[in-house]
Amino acid sequence: MSTLKITDLKVSIETDQGTKHILKGVDLTLNEGEIHAVMGPNGSGKSTLAYTIAGHPRYKVEGGSIELDGENVLAMSVDARARAGLFLAMQYPVEIPGVTVSNFLRTAKTAIVGEAPAIRPWTTTVREAMKNLRMDNEFSARNVNEGFSGGEKKRHEILQLELLQPKFAVLDETDSGLDVDALKIVSEGVNRAHDTTGLGILLITHYTRILRYITPDFVHVFVDGRVAEEGGPELAERLENEGYDRFLVDQPAGA
Amino acid sequence: MSTSTTDSTAAERLGIRAHSDGPVVRASAAPASFVPVQTRSERFASVHHADFAEVTGFEAEWKLTPVDRIRSLIDGELDGSAYAIMYPEVEGTTVEWIPRDDPRIGTAGTPEERASANAWTNFDNALLIDVSGEVETALTVTRSTLGDAPRAGHTIITAQPNSSALVVLDSRGGATLTENVEILLAEGAHLTVVSLQEWDAPALHLASHFARIGRNAQLKHFVVSLGGSVVRVNPSAHLAEEGSDTELFGVYFADADQHLEQRVYVHHDAPHSRSRVTYKGALNGHGARTVWVGDVLIAHSAPGTDSYEQNRNLVLSEGTRADSIPNLEIETGDIVGAGHASATGRFDDEHLFYLQSRGITEEEARRLVVLGFLSEIIQKIGEPVLEQRLLAALEAELRAVA
Ligand SMILES: Nc1ncnc2c1ncn2[C@@H]1O[C@H](COP(=O)(O)OP(=O)(O)O)[C@@H](O)[C@H]1O
Ligand SMILES: [Mg+2]
Repeated sequence: MSTLKITDLKVSIETDQGTKHILKGVDLTLNEGEIHAVMGPNGSGKSTLAYTIAGHPRYKVEGGSIELDGENVLAMSVDARARAGLFLAMQYPVEIPGVTVSNFLRTAKTAIVGEAPAIRPWTTTVREAMKNLRMDNEFSARNVNEGFSGGEKKRHEILQLELLQPKFAVLDETDSGLDVDALKIVSEGVNRAHDTTGLGILLITHYTRILRYITPDFVHVFVDGRVAEEGGPELAERLENEGYDRFLVDQPAGA
Repeated sequence: MSTSTTDSTAAERLGIRAHSDGPVVRASAAPASFVPVQTRSERFASVHHADFAEVTGFEAEWKLTPVDRIRSLIDGELDGSAYAIMYPEVEGTTVEWIPRDDPRIGTAGTPEERASANAWTNFDNALLIDVSGEVETALTVTRSTLGDAPRAGHTIITAQPNSSALVVLDSRGGATLTENVEILLAEGAHLTVVSLQEWDAPALHLASHFARIGRNAQLKHFVVSLGGSVVRVNPSAHLAEEGSDTELFGVYFADADQHLEQRVYVHHDAPHSRSRVTYKGALNGHGARTVWVGDVLIAHSAPGTDSYEQNRNLVLSEGTRADSIPNLEIETGDIVGAGHASATGRFDDEHLFYLQSRGITEEEARRLVVLGFLSEIIQKIGEPVLEQRLLAALEAELRAVA
């Protein structure tokens, strides 16, 4: 069984105002097949956690560790992490001019698997996956994320999740900006990937809305760069009713 | 006054110089201490080499060009005879050599600098490419045996009324060449001209293209510069009649010690004319050098003009230099739109991160991003076979980058 283990993770970034410490000692363990929701207010460091797992060069690890089945993830390049089975569905996917979706997907699949997929079955697989996500076939010919609506970008992220079949996926606010229909479609995609591959999921969200469609095994409340409280799905219900206020009382005003 | 482009935050973070202005009115553009900018339409022009002053290399026209490498073309004796060309028979097109006193010669434009005038003074015969009717097959005229002796060239492409065609001028092999290319579009003609510079590495090539675009005619023009030591191709488009339209594209890839230059001039000279200029380049290796100058003049005679020009450069290594200079002169207040943008930058880290986060190696990610960046121009040609071939040529250039 695969395990992604985050221990006492401390992360900072360089800003114009100097070094900013964002993650202040995060502990989290994900096992294959588990769904963990990470919930927290804006600015609490959720995206920082996601980017640090994926290896974005902007985030500097000051201490702690991330291990995938005992392997030191922090020593791996961004692409090596993806090939080792980690996936990040981004909150703000970037446009890549001149690179078509079909070229991108095939290149990524080739990189992950280590050899080019046979064209016919691959084309069929992609078409099916797009159909499941209610994506028109003409998406293949468009440039990656270029001119995509917010909802289309998120579907495209989940399309990749389904096609690349990682061991662990971090979904960074995949629900934000989606209307109810799109949220259902995207959630179905995540559940499909979970059911077919035994994927472990770190579901980052600000709202409880997506948890109606994707049921977490564990809920972690994230405040000021730390896990402030942990529990089962019932914790999400409490947050739904009470909000984050009770976690924020120690915070200086305006932080 | 300049305002940042929409991607300026990302750009600034990555140390990219971004520049994008709205229309600039000439009278107010230059600080008082500057010599007033001469309007482009009043620039001196002559077909005689002797009418131009010696080139010092300090002139605005030449100061970004390595003039010492091209003295033989600016001032030297030139062989002006006809040369070998290869082309297939394409119905609706004729290709022939015509004498220099043919009345069609000199109707599209006149040299504005000494190397162009040297070519004009010295050519014996001109290559005439004529298209009429709707030509479905692309006509590719290839020259590959010019040799290294300094030469003068002259080409005229004429598109008859309501004709449509795609003409490719494919240049390979060695060359020390200065030449003029006249492009004449009669009423309603739709012509695409692709000027392909795939010269051998030591080649020297200076070219001025003069296009005259008639009523409701459209010219799509591509400058694709990949090979050669110094390659300077300067296209100008005269939107001479009502409803004329031009799209000028360029793509270039400069390797170590390679100088690739393009000075574009669009002259809006009739009502309701439209122009789009889009040039993209990549630079890799020590001494890789590119120059893009984009002059757009919207004359009194051109109310209802719609114009936009942009240049983007992608820097792939240390030791390169890209100059990118848009100039917009507006003489009439009655325009639909006029703008320009220019940006030179390194790889966008966010692009690389996104691709790498999907398992793609950094090297492959760079290749994808550069190819994507440049293929946006290639995709506009609209000739799949040629597009595929040029993409392959770009891939070959990129193999040297890793
Ligand atoms: N690139 C950045 N530049 C400046 N500050 C940043 C940057 N990225 C994150 N931060 C700051 O770090 C904190 C955590 O941000 P983030 O991880 O995006 O939080 P969340 O995803 O929970 O909203 C915030 O205070 C945010 O302003
Ligand atoms: Mg976030």
